[in-house]
Amino acid sequence: MSKGRFGVHGGQYIPETLMNAIIELEEAYNHYKNDAQFQKELSDLFQNYTGRPSLLYYAQHLTQQLGGAKIYLKREDLNHTGAHKINNVLGQTLLAKKMGKTRVIAETGAGQHGVATATAAALMGMECEIFMGKEDTERQALNVYKMRLLGAKVHSVTSGTATLKDAVSETMREWTNRIDDTHYVLGSVMGPHPFPTIVRDFQAVISKEMKQQILEKEGRLPDVVLACVGGGSNAIGAFYHFIEDTSVKLIGCEAAGRGVNTAETAATIATGRLGIFHGMKSYFCQDDYGQIAPVYSISAGLDYPGIGPEHAWLYDTGRAEYVPITDEQAVEAFEYLSRVEGIIPALESAHAVAHAMKIAPNMDKDKIIIINISGRGDKDCVSVAKYRGENINE
Amino acid sequence: MSNIKKAFEKGKAFIPFITCGDPSIEVTEQLVYTMEKAGADLIELGIPFSDPTAEGPVIQAANLRALTNGVTTDKIFDMVEKIRQNTNIPLVFMTYANVVFSYGSEKFISKASQLGIDGLILPDLPFEEKLEFLPLCKQYNIDLISLIAPTSHKRISMIAKQADGFIYCVSSMGVTGVRSEITTDVSAMIELVKKAQNIPCAVGFGISTPEQAKQMANKADGIIVGSAIVKICEKYGENCIPYIEDYVKQMKQAIL
Repeated sequence: MSKGRFGVHGGQYIPETLMNAIIELEEAYNHYKNDAQFQKELSDLFQNYTGRPSLLYYAQHLTQQLGGAKIYLKREDLNHTGAHKINNVLGQTLLAKKMGKTRVIAETGAGQHGVATATAAALMGMECEIFMGKEDTERQALNVYKMRLLGAKVHSVTSGTATLKDAVSETMREWTNRIDDTHYVLGSVMGPHPFPTIVRDFQAVISKEMKQQILEKEGRLPDVVLACVGGGSNAIGAFYHFIEDTSVKLIGCEAAGRGVNTAETAATIATGRLGIFHGMKSYFCQDDYGQIAPVYSISAGLDYPGIGPEHAWLYDTGRAEYVPITDEQAVEAFEYLSRVEGIIPALESAHAVAHAMKIAPNMDKDKIIIINISGRGDKDCVSVAKYRGENINE
Repeated sequence: MSNIKKAFEKGKAFIPFITCGDPSIEVTEQLVYTMEKAGADLIELGIPFSDPTAEGPVIQAANLRALTNGVTTDKIFDMVEKIRQNTNIPLVFMTYANVVFSYGSEKFISKASQLGIDGLILPDLPFEEKLEFLPLCKQYNIDLISLIAPTSHKRISMIAKQADGFIYCVSSMGVTGVRSEITTDVSAMIELVKKAQNIPCAVGFGISTPEQAKQMANKADGIIVGSAIVKICEKYGENCIPYIEDYVKQMKQAIL
């Protein structure tokens, strides 16, 4: 079996043109992950630029209203740039800089990863180009403006379904075109090895902090950790340090869109099957002939037809569970958390909140749930208003 | 000797690429006969994929047109069955790993072999992952074609040593598509291949004019042309056959 496998999943299914770049990246990463100076610089950025550690907040009102398990929120939405994406981006951009690269490129769905990459590029003085599906540039216009403001060039991708998967394809194409000075800051735990491992390691800070914080507050581990899953970077970050603690139930919440029985869904575990795409073997939404499905979710960040290989493996082994959450359930959770706790979650994160609303009432009061609030929801207000039939001008 | 090697027996090989089902599966079948008569030595049949990450805009659009026309792997297999009743020209499938894997790797490769397909090109299958399909390709006598790129450097000899059929030399960085100039030192790449194994080398990516073909044929054993032909399909649709015939004749003439 080739490198970077999680069970049968993972691998390096990419054009020959990229192989040396991927090998160079792996070698650099293996060197710098054990380099004290690199780790010091990164942790300094986390602390003084991102604002880590992010809070673990006891959601008292949510807990009382749902009337069951005690609910904590891991506040990744409070990070600089408003989402967990910055954790990975600072790590990768710093790595790229050490490798002598002067230009970073990235795909983005909701725009959070694009904004984070543009931010890190501005901070570290690198050239930056972002590829974003045309449909997403329309539903996330504010993020497009932010990226430009930060000095990045934003390419609107019109190929295929003009969403996240097409943005990934287009960024891969651009990387094959210009490798020498360019690093591809992949935004999720997907793609060819070593990306799923690199991104996981940079996001694992989430569960590392969660574990310390919950032990300080409750003196014990949580019973359930919930996170939304598209490619799965915030979820793997939230799960990673709990994988060995088998008493902790890990649940990933996929975007079911208009429902897993419709074609308008992005729930990969619920509706996909094993395949090879975007550099990895994993589960993908596809037809009988292996054509990748034009998936759908109201949430641009979860609108992806695959799932990271480590999640596919956690699913195969039964260590994590994956549940589908519809647009309607996510929008209700988005509104509910805003009203009850005064916290507007990203629509992506609202998928995890929705599942907590389902399970918390049936759990005992001494049980603990942690929901990873992967990002903040300002960016989604226009979409949710529209979903509710209201047209607001930004 | 494999059927593919025969394509390189009669001097420099001209290798056209077309996307099956663009503009229609019937025209694709006719194009195979026409291009053979016009001088093609080996034909690459593209099985369309929804997300062809190694392709530029021209072939991406052809994939989309073919899929919109309702072309499937099974319909392409049926077409190959008909083609094989009329010609023995070497044929290779060019598609993406998921098309083969998702069909059932053994089912796909055994069927392709049984229908008379000689080789398989998968641009998203590097040397490190070739065991995904290589044992089955060996078992069913299909050449799994290896690609080398301008960035391959030291990898060339490792790849070439184990290569079957011919080597696909990617002449340019980036994705498929016509280019005004090819700056890669293709001769140096081919020299490294030949040191490792005496195997035919065909150059592709970016070639569209007879001048470029001639220049590349001086260095290589064959020339692969895709986007320039697919552009003619795009422009003339169902009426593309005579235009492609002329183009293939002209390109073959240039490398004689």
